[in-house]
Amino acid sequence: MIVIVDYGLGNIQAFANIYKRLDISVTFARSADDLVNATHIVLPGVGAFDWAMERLNGSGMRGALDRLVLEEKRPVLGICVGMQMMARRSDEGTAAGLGWFDADVRRFDESRIQGKTRLPHMGWNDVAPMSEQDLFNDLGDSARFYFLHSYYFAPHDPADVLATADYGDRFACAVRRGNVYGVQFHPEKSHGWGVQLLKNFAGL
Amino acid sequence: MAGASSCSRTSPDSEVLRPRIIPCLLVHKGGLYKTVGFGQPKYVGDPLNAVRIFNEKEVDELMVIDIDASRHGKEPDYKLIANLALECRMPLCYGGGVKTVEQFDRIIGLGVEKVSVSSAAVDNPELIGRAAARVGSQSVVVVVDVKKTGLFRKAEVVTLNATKRVGLEPAAWVAKLQQLGAGEIVLNNVDRDGEMKGYDVDLVDDVRKATSLPLTVLGGAGSIDDLHALIRRHGVIGAAAGSLFVFKGKYRAVLINYPGRAEKDALCSAAMASS
Repeated sequence: MIVIVDYGLGNIQAFANIYKRLDISVTFARSADDLVNATHIVLPGVGAFDWAMERLNGSGMRGALDRLVLEEKRPVLGICVGMQMMARRSDEGTAAGLGWFDADVRRFDESRIQGKTRLPHMGWNDVAPMSEQDLFNDLGDSARFYFLHSYYFAPHDPADVLATADYGDRFACAVRRGNVYGVQFHPEKSHGWGVQLLKNFAGL
Repeated sequence: MAGASSCSRTSPDSEVLRPRIIPCLLVHKGGLYKTVGFGQPKYVGDPLNAVRIFNEKEVDELMVIDIDASRHGKEPDYKLIANLALECRMPLCYGGGVKTVEQFDRIIGLGVEKVSVSSAAVDNPELIGRAAARVGSQSVVVVVDVKKTGLFRKAEVVTLNATKRVGLEPAAWVAKLQQLGAGEIVLNNVDRDGEMKGYDVDLVDDVRKATSLPLTVLGGAGSIDDLHALIRRHGVIGAAAGSLFVFKGKYRAVLINYPGRAEKDALCSAAMASS
């Protein structure tokens, strides 16, 4: 059972729709009890970092999430701010992150970005996976995803990087540490490429 | 051409942010309509049905504006927004009737990626920063409607479906919006709405210089060539259109259409050639 964490942020319905179409059972968690039967956890998010942390910490699910992810090692996928929350901190705010990665969230350096449009990084960009396995299995070589952000996830250990994208500088747009996964782009809004990635996650 | 091969991903140095090609749909009385000069609404179909067709066409993004909500001081139609968000397999920007941070929050919570305001930004500029602190600036879009007014046909910002002149100069207003914390500007030329004779190049040039935010241009596109011309000139930019993607032929028969992958790769190459 895929469980989508509903703490009031992000497009939970879009994920549920995709999994239903794939015939993969899915449900929402609004309390710690709802998380218990998760085989896989999806942590979405659209919002500012501090607001997202405040909502998650106030949801009553924080303790259960830490336990399921860190001790029971259930696969978890953070998306956009859901990914960024897995870091220790963010340039966007002052709240402490979940700290599931040895990583910080930084603001893009605008001076490095070519062209008249700078930030946010908005639109469809190509994604270069380190290997065509794991989350990026069966994605073909035309895979592109929708990005919408001004801050990026900077892991301290290069081994955590699963895929990169280029915006001014190359940055980690997908990361993995054991059972913990994060993607900066929006697979739920990236047509067939996103559907394939979410299917891959469900199969881990 | 290096550009052509890059965007179709046959060269190794191929990772690139693409220009965005965006259908803009107008909601009026619960249906989809297309206007000319912000008047003469013509029925083009059911919103959810249109979204399903645009899904199949792998649209980059979709913009849906409720043209009744602000005009009549109504709340956004949350049920319609939820249904649209549920159906959309691409990012969605919603606009119409949004005035408060709570509305931003609620609409994002329904599964929408971006929320746009227009008159509310003019009436209450602090709303932009407060909304950004809540939903993140990347999701705060301001639509700037521009009309040539007065004796000298000077470009001026207008609101409430172009019924109200607000005395702001477009480039100066856009620079201010960036300072306030907006994440994207949608520049809409009211005089060109539905005309299908091309974008207002001078207006775009003027506003482009005033901001480094993502800029999306709306009003006037009548052919793929018009999108090409805009992208060749400005590189990574949002090229939005209403009529172009819902009408076909000179009798404006309703037919939802959108460039295919090869056509979009060509548009992307035009963007690379510009920089």
